[in-house]
Amino acid sequence: MMGYESQGYEEAHLYASREEMESLVLDEPSNGSQSHSDSHNHPLSSSLPFAEIATDDDPMLSSPSSLMHPQNPNSSFNSILEPPSYADAIFRSFDGDHNSNGEINSHSSSGSLSSSPSFNSEYIRISVSDPQKEQELANSLVPGGNTYVTYLITTRTNMPQFGGSEFSVRRRFKDVVTLSDRLSESYRGLFIPLRPDKNAVESQVMQKQEFVEQRRVALEKYLCRLAAHPVIKKSDELRVFLQVQGKLPLVRTTDVASRMLDGAVKLPRQLFGESVGVVDPNEVVQPAKGGRDLLRIFKELKQSVANDWGGTKPPLVEEDKEFLEKKEKLQDFEQQVGNLSQQAESLVKAQQDIGETMGELGLAFVKLTKFETEEAIYNSQRVRAADMKNVATAAVKASRLYRELTAQTVKHLEKLHEYLGVMLAVNNAFSDRSSALLTVQTLLSDLSSLNSRIEKLEAASSKIFGGDRSRIRKIEELKETVRVTEDAKSCAIREYERIKENNKNELERLDKEKQDDFLSMLKGFVVNQAGYAEKMANVWEMVAEETSGYVKEGS
Amino acid sequence: MITPQRSSSGSSQSPRSPSSQPFLSVSVTDPAKMGNGVQAYISYKVITKTNLPEYQGPEKIVIRRYSDFVWLRDRLFEKYKGIFIPPLPEKSTVEKFRFSAEFIEMRRQALDIFVNRIASHHELQQSDELRTFLQADEQTMERARFQDTGIFKKKPADLMQIFKDVQSKVSDVVLGKEKPVEESNPEYEKLKHYIFELENHLAEAQKHAYRLVKRHRELGQSLSDFGTAVKLLGACEGNTLGKAFSELGAKSEVLSIKLQKESYHLLMNFEEPLKDYVRAVQSIKATIAERANAFRQQFELAETVKLKEIDLNKLRLTRSEKMVDAEHEYEELKEDSEEAIRRFEMIVRLMNEEIVRFQEQKTLDMGLAFHEFAKGQARLANGIADAWRSLLPKLEACSSSQH
Repeated sequence: MMGYESQGYEEAHLYASREEMESLVLDEPSNGSQSHSDSHNHPLSSSLPFAEIATDDDPMLSSPSSLMHPQNPNSSFNSILEPPSYADAIFRSFDGDHNSNGEINSHSSSGSLSSSPSFNSEYIRISVSDPQKEQELANSLVPGGNTYVTYLITTRTNMPQFGGSEFSVRRRFKDVVTLSDRLSESYRGLFIPLRPDKNAVESQVMQKQEFVEQRRVALEKYLCRLAAHPVIKKSDELRVFLQVQGKLPLVRTTDVASRMLDGAVKLPRQLFGESVGVVDPNEVVQPAKGGRDLLRIFKELKQSVANDWGGTKPPLVEEDKEFLEKKEKLQDFEQQVGNLSQQAESLVKAQQDIGETMGELGLAFVKLTKFETEEAIYNSQRVRAADMKNVATAAVKASRLYRELTAQTVKHLEKLHEYLGVMLAVNNAFSDRSSALLTVQTLLSDLSSLNSRIEKLEAASSKIFGGDRSRIRKIEELKETVRVTEDAKSCAIREYERIKENNKNELERLDKEKQDDFLSMLKGFVVNQAGYAEKMANVWEMVAEETSGYVKEGS
Repeated sequence: MITPQRSSSGSSQSPRSPSSQPFLSVSVTDPAKMGNGVQAYISYKVITKTNLPEYQGPEKIVIRRYSDFVWLRDRLFEKYKGIFIPPLPEKSTVEKFRFSAEFIEMRRQALDIFVNRIASHHELQQSDELRTFLQADEQTMERARFQDTGIFKKKPADLMQIFKDVQSKVSDVVLGKEKPVEESNPEYEKLKHYIFELENHLAEAQKHAYRLVKRHRELGQSLSDFGTAVKLLGACEGNTLGKAFSELGAKSEVLSIKLQKESYHLLMNFEEPLKDYVRAVQSIKATIAERANAFRQQFELAETVKLKEIDLNKLRLTRSEKMVDAEHEYEELKEDSEEAIRRFEMIVRLMNEEIVRFQEQKTLDMGLAFHEFAKGQARLANGIADAWRSLLPKLEACSSSQH
């Protein structure tokens, strides 16, 4: 289905309905047959997948993505999903009418709100908890200084490549950065979720409770998004991060500065022709920027300038019209989502404000009621106090309803913010594509100039009888360079095609998910608004009824 | 809940048979901008329908402006001490707000209520001043208005000063600061305290009511902007999802309009009555000030009479020539003193009646205001619920058509 060539795994397609999933029991490991129909033997599984009959029963499940996004501040696993609020419990009936709950986990359903293309019975749940201060050991510049925070990352899964169902590791933020960098390198062209910001702040702030908590939440969200990506959730990098105890064994890509320094060391040798001034084929699959090869950076820069300003068409261009159309549409989409997200914020604020003011009005009337009751001399005052009390109570109730409504609205409209993040990932993937293209273009230009030099030398050398030894030697060198460059070119083209394929598949996935996500967002928003409006109507109708006698006849 | 005693605001109670039952019904309508620039003002049509003999014809229409209403109020305040004269809406200080449709309508409504309250008050309705106001031609009215300036007319600033004096005196008494020339009537003290406290509470409630009006408007505006943004997003999506978005955007805009409407309804039918309540309490404070004046006058006169009596007796003993004059003076002073006592006692009597009326009237007024408030909120909420609900089948159709 998805041609991700860098994957070593085959995809195990395990289809099961929700009922089946809930009733799965632990199979004997020696039992060769699996309890699901039409499943492939997973090459790497040594134990059979087994399902947990657990929090899936939770009526709060509104989409499988909530499986992947537990909001658990404590490390207790059993309350991994947010407990339903009173309001949500009420609105189960609204959701139930429109059957969004019943259809969640069946892959063939129409109302599938899955964030993965087909919902398998495989699942993975990640939670981040228990932040702890730890001391940097040897090599700290400040003696006794350099503390950092680690988080407990707990994974619960039945995916075969993990070879276990529940495990924990401790990781620090630096490790997350490493993971993110490695994923960016390995999966160019995919829409990889963005990691949380580094936040260059002082160590004092770093250790503050609030900051740590914010970061914990962000990390959880990030890891869950990674686990929700159909390709990345099966990646080595993620598995190692989640599972391997002790120090993270992913090689940390060195930062740009030191890479530049390395490159600067190499450059003079390249310029003087002392080393073969050619791109290492292995490095070609990485973008030039941020790499060690300054010469390559310069060449590609020259090429991009030639592309933009030169008179001739570059040797290879982005021809895929479909892609270009989609790209443009997505840019439009990004802008509109940004705009809508802002308006959504204002809407939420306005709703919050009206609720607050209603509450203040209610309180003012409560005070007035108390006052009139205490000071009452005439019966008319007591009657008025009673009327006022009803209004005050209703106003306070309405104010509470507004507050709940606002909280729910935020939850629904958060999708918009999320998609702004998704668009950043998309843009990164598009950058991968254009920089890979640039590499190819540069290499093609290289080849063309090398070949023309060879031609010239051959022509010149042929005029000399008996040959020109120095020229012939030079020609041989150049031909060798051409061979290496041809190899590099092939690599680069393969890489470019791979990225293009990744882009294509991801765009399809995005399209589908976008439809589902936004539709469910709209539904949720509308159901929410309608439900609370009805409740408010009930509250006020009662008061209107109680005071209906004051209406003058004929008015 | 008290069932309203009056069937219509303009008619007076009478034991006579319905056919010959006297009635006086007034309405203030048709605000119109007159003049230009700084001199511009709003004029109102005041329509009087009556069968009372003192009034001309079954119907009379005159043109009046705000200052005419002020004249009426001031004259009644001067003449009928002890009665809570119905309050007037404030003079607008903000220039550009003065001619906004909302303000004009708010003022018209308040002026209408003002005149009707006077017309349905058993004493005030018989006043010459009301008759003049309802009947006189415009020139006569203008003359009467200008006559007032300088002699009788109390500028709002003066009234404010009176309020402040009374307020400070009352709070001084409450705080035990000085020993003033005040009645020592515990029931009356309680009433004064009640009135001052009531104003504070009401002012707070009115402030929040006004804010609530604004919030409705703001929410309406937000929804409208939100709807526009949703539609734009829908436009770049196309297909079924795009349709869903544009339907949502359209609904948002519909609801935005409902919110604006409700905001206006809330302003006119809830916030204004609350404001009116506050004004009424302030008017009572002015009457309290008058009563304090009257008390002080009769007290001082009584003291003066006593002193004069002592002097007179001295003169009687010495059989001085001044005795006859002094006797005259004494008699005059005694008359004045008795007059002052009568005036004061009338104020007390009237106030006692008025406070009962006031409480009853306010229960009716507020009952209606609460009803309108609740009705409006229910109507709005139902409208919102209906609008969103009507979208759901369309959203359902979108999701099923995808697969």
